Amino acid sequence: MSNTTYAIAKDNDGKNILKFLLGELKPKGKIFTPFNIISIPIMLLGLVLIVIRFWKGIGSITNLTQDVPWGLWIGFDVVTGVAFAGGAYVITFMVYILNMKKYHSIVRITVLNGFLAYVFYAGALLLDLGRPWNVVNPIIGNSFGTSSVLFLVAWHFLLYMIAQLIEFSPAIAEWLGARRAHKILSGMTLAAVIFGITLSTLHQSGLGAMYLMAKEKIHPLWYSEFIPVMFFVSSIFAGLSLVIFEGSISNKVFSDQISDKNHKAHHGIVISFAKVCAVTMFAYFFLQLLVFVHGQHWDLLNTTMGYWYLTEMLGFVLFPMLLFFYSYRINNILLVKIAAIITMLGIIINRLNVTIIGFRWDAATHYYPSWMEIVVTLAVIFTEIWIFRWIINRMPVLRESPTWAKNQK
Amino acid sequence: MSINRRSFFKFLSLTGITLAVGKESVAQSDKGQEVDFLSILYDSTHCVGCQSCEFACAEAHGLPEPVGAPEAGKIRKLDETNRSVINCYNTSKGEIYVKQQCMHCNEPACSSACLTNAMHKTKEGPVIWRGNKCMGCRYCMVSCPFDIPKFEFHSANPKIQKCNMCFDRLEERKIPACVENCPAEALVFGTRRELIKEARKRIVENPDTYVDQIYGEDEAGGTGILYLSSVPFNELGFRTNLQKTSYPELSKGFLYSVPTIFVLWPALLLGIHEATKNNHVKEDENE
Ligand code: SF4
Ligand code: SF4
Repeated sequence: MSNTTYAIAKDNDGKNILKFLLGELKPKGKIFTPFNIISIPIMLLGLVLIVIRFWKGIGSITNLTQDVPWGLWIGFDVVTGVAFAGGAYVITFMVYILNMKKYHSIVRITVLNGFLAYVFYAGALLLDLGRPWNVVNPIIGNSFGTSSVLFLVAWHFLLYMIAQLIEFSPAIAEWLGARRAHKILSGMTLAAVIFGITLSTLHQSGLGAMYLMAKEKIHPLWYSEFIPVMFFVSSIFAGLSLVIFEGSISNKVFSDQISDKNHKAHHGIVISFAKVCAVTMFAYFFLQLLVFVHGQHWDLLNTTMGYWYLTEMLGFVLFPMLLFFYSYRINNILLVKIAAIITMLGIIINRLNVTIIGFRWDAATHYYPSWMEIVVTLAVIFTEIWIFRWIINRMPVLRESPTWAKNQK
Repeated sequence: MSINRRSFFKFLSLTGITLAVGKESVAQSDKGQEVDFLSILYDSTHCVGCQSCEFACAEAHGLPEPVGAPEAGKIRKLDETNRSVINCYNTSKGEIYVKQQCMHCNEPACSSACLTNAMHKTKEGPVIWRGNKCMGCRYCMVSCPFDIPKFEFHSANPKIQKCNMCFDRLEERKIPACVENCPAEALVFGTRRELIKEARKRIVENPDTYVDQIYGEDEAGGTGILYLSSVPFNELGFRTNLQKTSYPELSKGFLYSVPTIFVLWPALLLGIHEATKNNHVKEDENE
């Protein structure tokens, strides 16, 4: 396959590009893998549900109520998903701002992951909009709600997607063999990175700030004026944990694409991530503790929600934090992965506690997502993985860049 | 689209359907010294629970006829088919009726949440919803401290339903339908300042009848609907834990920090990048 790329690179006329693209569209590899067998029916079912949703209204497939107007699609797909996509800004920060070159081999895959996450979560947002045809209003300036945190977050999503696309674009240029474009696009990377990190800081915390006005609706153990800070800090280790987790999977699935050198480097990368996670989680835990003491909610601890709060803080923050520290000390990569998975669960729990579980915890009827909401969510995730796989099998993401691209730098 | 403020105030004072609006306040608002909003005072001691307002509201806004009647111990909730509802509460002073609808906050959380400005605080006071702008994100519902906006979950072209103080009728120089149809004079329409004055007067003149509080005077930073009651408001299902400052205030701190971060961050990041540039040369050499 790489031979064709080079051929095109040499002979860059239009017809060949077309042929090349058509050829690339064809599936590669086996069709009947376990992943495909599970994901295809779910994606098809999800598609049917989405049609029903646009035809009969959001209430036809969701369990949303007038008390809880935002459910799984916002609380999990958008709020939790974006936290996990935080890895991209953390890694680009380390590589391009702190110039830690040893992480360079995972920049592309992380940025790609982040980019796709945003594309699909913004997509999930569209599914949740009752009147999506008016989505252009706040974009084309027809109607600016500048005092709205959601306005800020929506704009930042959009701009950040562009920044990430620019960060990733050299890989596309290498795939297409577009040498001049590659040079220009590579030159834009640093600017895109700086812009992207700034945007990420603001919208990661912005997602939390969205809930600031719901003061009496969120359980006091989870509501504080510091939600934005908490969301930002936790997005750092949320993103890194996902990078660790995703890395251990793609290292197996796409092992043929990864050079020996990078394979070996991976161990060191994961171990040093453990350290970064442990330190940021320590800061996060400390902040949570301060907020708790400041909020004076001791009496609430001895309630069901209180136990749940303690479970989150001790079992899913403190425990994985210690595990990260320990695995870093003894240099054990398996423990790092386990800690990463527990941390990810903790992030899911935390975001759902703010957005769903603790939201109107006192309402008469509680919201539970319907199976159809869950299927649509899974369909969105699977589609993302399909595209992710499609790109990795074609573009130099894990694989080394072609020699001409390296020489250009 | 917007109504001519001066002539509307004149109209109010001429018709005398409601409180006479004093010359003073007209002059003041013309000069724009201090904003005053159109408001409604609801005196629960007058309300007889006849539901005339509910029916009038449904008719004025093309909504289905209200179902059920107020009944003590049973809460009828606002939903996407009714914007105004009367409930009955068992209180320390017996059964009392209370009307519920949008509070038309002075600084509404819903409109500050709305990213398209579809929820809009008109300069006259009513908070209105504009379908041609709304994208149905329901952030207004998440933010409203009174849980007022309702969403048509079962429609392919869903609308947000909430009281708009009959803004369209106001533009035709008619008073809100509920006020017009209340046979017990439980509802009074006027400007906020005048109505607060009137409410105070009632409290002072009948200290045995009323509790000494006007709900809505300070709640959530002040609202356009004001309530009088003979029992503490928590007995009538009101949220009494709401903050006295406006809700948009809660996210202002965050919004104000945005420009600062936008200026500082890139500079800082570029600075670090320059400072660490040489490190990587070293590391590369090591490799
Ligand atoms: S009560 Fe709710 S919907 Fe009505 S103006 Fe206030 S914030 Fe908006
Ligand atoms: S649902 Fe409509 S009115 Fe409410 S915040 Fe969203 S865009 Fe604004």
